[in-house]
Amino acid sequence: MRFVDEYRDAEKARALSAKIASLCEPGRAYKFMEVCGGHTHTIYKHGLEDYLPETITLVHGPGCPVCVIPMGRVDDAIHIAERPGVVMTSFGDMMRVPGGRGSFFDSMAQGAEIRMVYSPLDALKVARQNPDKHVVFMAIGFETTAPSTAMTVLRAAAEEIGNFSIFCNHVTIIPAIKAILDSPDLRLDGFIGPGHVSTIIGCRPYEFIARDYGKPLVVAGFEPLDILQSIYMLLVQLAEGRSQIENQYARVVPWAGNLKALKAINEVMELRPYFEWRGLGFISHSALKVRERYAAFDAERIFEIPGSRVADPKACQCGEVLKGVLKPWECKVFGTACTPETPIGTCMVSSEGACAAYYNFGRFSRERVREATR
Amino acid sequence: MTDVKSTDIKRTGIAADIEGTDTQDTGTAGTGTAGMGTERTAGWAEAAIREHAADTRAPSREEQVLERIDRARRRKARVKEEHITMAHGSGGKATQTLVEAVFLEAFRNPLLEPLEDGAVLGVGSARLAFTTDSYVVSPLFFPGGDIGDLAVNGTVNDLSVCGARPLYLSAGFVLEEGFPVADLRRITTSMAEAAAAADVQIVTGDTKVVQRGKADGCYVNTSGVGLLDRPISLSVAGARPGDAVIVSGPIGEHGVTIMLARGELDIEADLTSDTAPLSGLTTALLDACPDGVRCLRDATRGGVATILNEVARASDVAVVIEEDAIPVRPGVRGACELLGIDPLYVACEGRMIAVVDGPAADAALAALRADPLGEGAALIGHVKDDPPGLVLLKTSFGGTRIVDVLVGDPLPRIC
Repeated sequence: MRFVDEYRDAEKARALSAKIASLCEPGRAYKFMEVCGGHTHTIYKHGLEDYLPETITLVHGPGCPVCVIPMGRVDDAIHIAERPGVVMTSFGDMMRVPGGRGSFFDSMAQGAEIRMVYSPLDALKVARQNPDKHVVFMAIGFETTAPSTAMTVLRAAAEEIGNFSIFCNHVTIIPAIKAILDSPDLRLDGFIGPGHVSTIIGCRPYEFIARDYGKPLVVAGFEPLDILQSIYMLLVQLAEGRSQIENQYARVVPWAGNLKALKAINEVMELRPYFEWRGLGFISHSALKVRERYAAFDAERIFEIPGSRVADPKACQCGEVLKGVLKPWECKVFGTACTPETPIGTCMVSSEGACAAYYNFGRFSRERVREATR
Repeated sequence: MTDVKSTDIKRTGIAADIEGTDTQDTGTAGTGTAGMGTERTAGWAEAAIREHAADTRAPSREEQVLERIDRARRRKARVKEEHITMAHGSGGKATQTLVEAVFLEAFRNPLLEPLEDGAVLGVGSARLAFTTDSYVVSPLFFPGGDIGDLAVNGTVNDLSVCGARPLYLSAGFVLEEGFPVADLRRITTSMAEAAAAADVQIVTGDTKVVQRGKADGCYVNTSGVGLLDRPISLSVAGARPGDAVIVSGPIGEHGVTIMLARGELDIEADLTSDTAPLSGLTTALLDACPDGVRCLRDATRGGVATILNEVARASDVAVVIEEDAIPVRPGVRGACELLGIDPLYVACEGRMIAVVDGPAADAALAALRADPLGEGAALIGHVKDDPPGLVLLKTSFGGTRIVDVLVGDPLPRIC
């Protein structure tokens, strides 16, 4: 398939892998965080770690949209979905995310009308087709998905659709990265920067990472060769004693971002003073809410929201996994109480979650598998 | 934190506003602040953790974790949900759990226990294969077929992969009040044509009508019997190290066709369902390799990945497949790439997996390829002894990963 296969070429991967190995200083261990869950998924899905020397560890970061949704917020969404006459619409990823009392799937089984959609515009279509219902879109995701939510609200306003609103859970990536950099228990050598988020926000917002924290960051694409190349670029920076923001994904990411998209977000949404993240706690200025002038499309203003707060179970170590302090398998409940069938933590739900990626794709002994695939 | 003002995105640049950003522990930050009230606990989660209390200690080595997970996975299945969810119908882990914990538990007997596509019954000196399947596909009519030929072919295929010659089918209909008779005729015509093509007769049937809104147009059930006239015993538990794994043609076409036919995705591709009777193909294969075939399965719900996992688990072997060797048509690959779905999990309705003795692989491939339905047949991997129970994929990129059973299917009601 054109424009995809070129970035999955095993021969090029072998060449890059050799260059990566030659750049590693003997005796030095490297820890790079891929911030974005899409990268985590790619790394496991293509078996990318087979190309890395053992001294390089990839640490999985917090950039998985459903992973950071706290249990209480799911309960609030279900509360809305259970109101009479409401149709909740959601991305498929969100359907199995557990709240304090269960997931969207569980709520559906008990009679709530919840439909899977592929974009917020599909949710708006559902609203047009069901004028006697109120259709709510469960808006989640980082700056990547916020513009399409914003555009949908603008479209709904232009068409004067009166039975549509969004339950806004959009979060922003920079405060999460900052939280990780300030976390005392993690020492990283650099970041593989989130490619999709950067198509919107550009590369400038990362400059403080190099400037104030002295860490290199390379914005990377989502094909396996993109990630290998970004690791190579990080190693080159370290070898040359540099820490800069570089753009490996220039074929998609403009340095200044997408001003049109940012404008749409800014028109419809504003920063919340603070927002709770699963496992990370409250982070200030880390999420978006609907502006007053679009109140008619804001489920939080239309419905009474309980503002549920559900404590993460003590044995659940999602926070440590999201910050990259723990590898998924190091969590106490990984693979036993918490599995993809019965996820306790959000990281086990989404295909972009570090725990789900490891459980579904990486759960094997490398030594024994080397033998089997010889 | 109480004096934080909402910040103008335009001025600060969204998310670039890092000044004053801080993290606080959930336990202490919340008290007394609006929207950050008292916390509840998730009772169900605490219960799940208590149940696995013996396992919840921080393991020191990755190997220990893998062993621990393996133990947990081998435990008896238990349905934890209080209600049936869509995942229970997906053909993945949730379905497997439901079948084992509810149906097998209630009906347990030696004929049912192997949980193959059909049961093999001894009647006098004859051996009969017996199977049943219900069809709830939406939409009822789709490119390449409809619920009628799907219902006939599905049951014919379940009999064929038992190694049997399909003979007689039953047809049961659940119809919704208001369903157009013309549509019903279209369905029955297509069933009759499919039955003729597969050389089976529909010899008994049943009709029920339910009130409007209590069903979705038309559901069909077919059961079938076939004659096992060869001295063979095919079983998902029969794979041995050294065996070859073959797929009879490009995968995933039915599932993707149905998904696109629903028109919800605004994706267009020139695809048709692969629904077809496999009886000719299985006959050709068994004629060519009378002693070499260990196991045949049609790759329906859950796709090729689910079948291979059943083989790995039931035979206690590793199945190692190569991504580059798996035939997938560009339209299917493109749609799957866009939707973030792995074609390995997408249903086929006219493709089968054959596990054959290694030395018989060439003969098996030749026999399959000689039939138009099997011209795209390919050797996709081999059976190894270790690590048992796992399906491993050598990716096109050159890495390795496992291919697990899905929990729920991303595409409900495809058959």
